[in-house]
Amino acid sequence: MKLTLRVWRQKNADADGGMSTYEVDGISQDMSFLEMLDTLNEELILRGDDPVAFDHDCREGICGACSLVINGDAHGPERTTTCQLHMRSFRDGDTIDIEPWRAAAFPVVKDLVVDRSAFDRIIQAGGYVSVPTGAAPEAHATPVPKADADAAFEHAECIGCGACVAACPNGSAMLFTSAKVNHLNVLPQGAPERETRVLDMVGQMDDEGFGGCTLTGECATACPKGIPLPSIAAMNREWLRATRKVSRG
Amino acid sequence: MPRTIWDSSVGKKTVMAVSGIVMLLYLVAHMIGNLKIFFGPEDINQYAHWLRTMGAPVLHHEWALWLVRIVLVLAVVAHATSAYQLSRRDIKARPSKYVHKKAKSSYATRTMRWGGIILGLFIVWHILDLTTGTVHPGGFEHLHPYQNIIDTFSTWYGNVIYIVAVVALGFHVRHGFWSAAQTLGVGSATRDRVLRAVADVLAVLLTLGFVAVPVGVMTGVVS
Repeated sequence: MKLTLRVWRQKNADADGGMSTYEVDGISQDMSFLEMLDTLNEELILRGDDPVAFDHDCREGICGACSLVINGDAHGPERTTTCQLHMRSFRDGDTIDIEPWRAAAFPVVKDLVVDRSAFDRIIQAGGYVSVPTGAAPEAHATPVPKADADAAFEHAECIGCGACVAACPNGSAMLFTSAKVNHLNVLPQGAPERETRVLDMVGQMDDEGFGGCTLTGECATACPKGIPLPSIAAMNREWLRATRKVSRG
Repeated sequence: MPRTIWDSSVGKKTVMAVSGIVMLLYLVAHMIGNLKIFFGPEDINQYAHWLRTMGAPVLHHEWALWLVRIVLVLAVVAHATSAYQLSRRDIKARPSKYVHKKAKSSYATRTMRWGGIILGLFIVWHILDLTTGTVHPGGFEHLHPYQNIIDTFSTWYGNVIYIVAVVALGFHVRHGFWSAAQTLGVGSATRDRVLRAVADVLAVLLTLGFVAVPVGVMTGVVS
């Protein structure tokens, strides 16, 4: 395959960026999208040019490091992560636009790499359960109904890649935050911090400069892990419940 | 309480949702009241009179009406203020656009802000036209809505402004009702289909119900 790539290039956080055009040849349909970019970078290095910086780690679709907006879609045309996207989804001669996640809360570090530490701070605000240290507790001591376990697992699938923020026209982190809140709030282990968790995580989300939710649903469409849109309503329910409870004291 | 409801983006959306539902309930009542015009001048003029004696003798003349007006003004102010502040936050949160753009949301979703501005301007004109009579095209007569309505919808611009606003309202309600339900935590995987259907039915009924009046005047059914 021969492709034309239009890639966002930006030297550093303070520099102005722009789209640069590159031609790549000899791309196999079986390559992943990142392998295709590796091919481009090898050529750029041989030419003595600066390779395109992009995030990647496990390349198995489970770590959440890869983050590219391909032809206007977060993670590209298939519902998966960029690393699991293969070149068979494109045709010989295609022009492909590659851009970084766009959000005020995700500043560009270089080229296609953005700083997603805002997500880490949301997790630090309440995305955990406080457990006493010591021997592992007896597994049957805390029974979890099957339906709750399933709901928790569905939300636990979030890998924190940020595609929801990238796809949202408001740069909102509601889907991410709701996945993390619901994951722990449906479980008995999460119950002691149920109210503070949702209030603190939503508060941190606001402080990081993410936008609000206007229910466009683009986040859930882009999510490679299929976190569903009703997650957001579930978090709103938790937030309202917590607000009532806390104000009552 | 560590933060007030107004400080949180979720809290502000709650204010927007509740004030929107208050206005939506009013609109359903207003739309049904308007349809009395098809029963003749007696019916609708009497209805206008009843609006002022509502709640009597417990309430004094026009008290109930003023109560409704005050609640509505509060709802409009709360709705517009929260919408403005949330929109500012949303626009700031996405400062640079994608070079490769794709519109993936529905028309109703994308036009919420402009639709809301159109509706705000319409309400000002509508009150000056048919409540105070300030910009009314005919000889405005208080408590005679039948003739006043015919006068308004006998002008081309009266029909255009009204119909554009009512269509904007339909779109606004379609996404707004669904959105409010999600904000108030009513949505779930099993309920969302019903909520979307209710939003669509509400939007269509309100649009048709309101549009019926100018169409009635234009076709001569009401004269």
